[in-house]
Amino acid sequence: MTELWQAFTKALELLVSLNPEVIEIAGRSLRISGTSCLLASLICIPLASLIHFHQFPGKRALINIIQTLFSVPTVLVGLFVFVLFSRAGPLGFFGILLTPTAMVIGQMILITPLLLGFIISALSGVSKEIVDTATSLGASGFQTIWLVLREARYAVLAAVIMGFGRAISEVGCALLVGGNMRGVTRVITTTISMETAKGDFELAIALGMILLFLALIINTILNRLQQR
Amino acid sequence: MKGNWPKIALAVLGIAVIVLVLVMVLGRGGQTEPEVLKVATTTSLYDTGLWDYLEDIFEDRCNADLQITAKGTGAALELGMNGDVDAVTVHDPDREAAFIAGNYSLNATVNNTSAARVTWAYNYFIIVGPESDPAGIGNLTGSGVPEEAFQKIQIEGKADPDTVRFVSRGDESGTHGKEKVIWAASGYNYTADILGNGTAQGWYFSTGQGMGATLTTANQLLAYTLTDKGTFLAYQGSLDLVPLVDTGDDLINIYSVIICKNGTKPEMAQNLVTFLRSPDIQALVAGFGVPQYGQPLFYPWDPGICGLP
Repeated sequence: MTELWQAFTKALELLVSLNPEVIEIAGRSLRISGTSCLLASLICIPLASLIHFHQFPGKRALINIIQTLFSVPTVLVGLFVFVLFSRAGPLGFFGILLTPTAMVIGQMILITPLLLGFIISALSGVSKEIVDTATSLGASGFQTIWLVLREARYAVLAAVIMGFGRAISEVGCALLVGGNMRGVTRVITTTISMETAKGDFELAIALGMILLFLALIINTILNRLQQR
Repeated sequence: MKGNWPKIALAVLGIAVIVLVLVMVLGRGGQTEPEVLKVATTTSLYDTGLWDYLEDIFEDRCNADLQITAKGTGAALELGMNGDVDAVTVHDPDREAAFIAGNYSLNATVNNTSAARVTWAYNYFIIVGPESDPAGIGNLTGSGVPEEAFQKIQIEGKADPDTVRFVSRGDESGTHGKEKVIWAASGYNYTADILGNGTAQGWYFSTGQGMGATLTTANQLLAYTLTDKGTFLAYQGSLDLVPLVDTGDDLINIYSVIICKNGTKPEMAQNLVTFLRSPDIQALVAGFGVPQYGQPLFYPWDPGICGLP
């Protein structure tokens, strides 16, 4: 228990003193996960709407696959991105392995099934009557979709928040495709992993607390958006 | 609804294009000065803190952005083979030779000589273990001490796995490679005798992780392990393990640097080679850690020990 308390005081100390290395990795964590969540949301909200509002053969199977991918290990996504973007791989000419860009792509791939699955679920929760009423009042397809999204915005935003949570908390993908390089691709989670391996548990726990603290701030902001 | 299929599809496509452009634009970041040089190194070397120490000096001197990723030697060489990094600094002569034989390296120039593998520092491996030394390896003398120690650990370990244990890197690293060399020199078939052909041997543990993690595990299990001296000194403060065997030809640990042929920055990689062998940096390497630990973590390049060039 003393280690937890010491870690807590260390976390406070690091935050209050604005420790430059901690600020740097925290900023990078937020940037990378924020970008991946934003881009993935921009893709997945329309895509989920597409899937939900259309009937097509194999729709049920597709949703099944999406939900199965909730369980994909982060290191497996990392391996996939690694093999794809390694210089020896098919997309190697981009040269983005071991850069933050690769980490963003990896996290986007990671949270896409989550976002798709839960946004489809959110849209399913909207009463069919609303769709019928809108159509009967002359709404275009696009307008109807937008209406349903607004009705479901609480659940849709919850999905986005979850996507961000999964992105900022993952280690396996970030470590593999980023390489945990100081000043370049080192984020909070990879640092926790490194410090744990080095036996500095106090610092590792302190960083974990800082990450949760950041998540708290983000979620408070997003929650205000949700309540509107 | 059907009439708006194309609109939505177009929107999704548009977003995908934006993403692709972002990928290409952001990925190009760092092509303006300073020049990026990616190096893969071993965790054993990185965890001592030597690279963090040398990084700023190199970046200033050569106007570079040195990006270092620490992995096990096997993974580091894999990155080098693919060209995902421009140079590797590892410590496994056998695998380095295979890397060079596989035509993955470029010749570097040092002291007006050309060579694929350039050594730049050395230290020793040591066998560490619990202070109680249940296998009794702390006072061995004569030649072949490491081998004798390993034999004792294996025999006592098999007999009493709750008291005598060994923790291995188990990650195809340079240290792991050295460990296997010593097992072989001690007369064991690694797969059959040590790994038990896959069945868990109650006395032998593989962490599959870096040196720091392995030392921490050995500490928890009150076990023996093979470690390079540098990393051990860097972690000594948080460990109860003590050095028990530190003599023996097999324990020499030589660090080298190799330029990767499939990398993209051969000239800057050559700068790194020159940097590591330059006299003032050699002096820094020799003095690294002495104030904190009272002894050096590394020894500078010595032709008699490291070989030429």
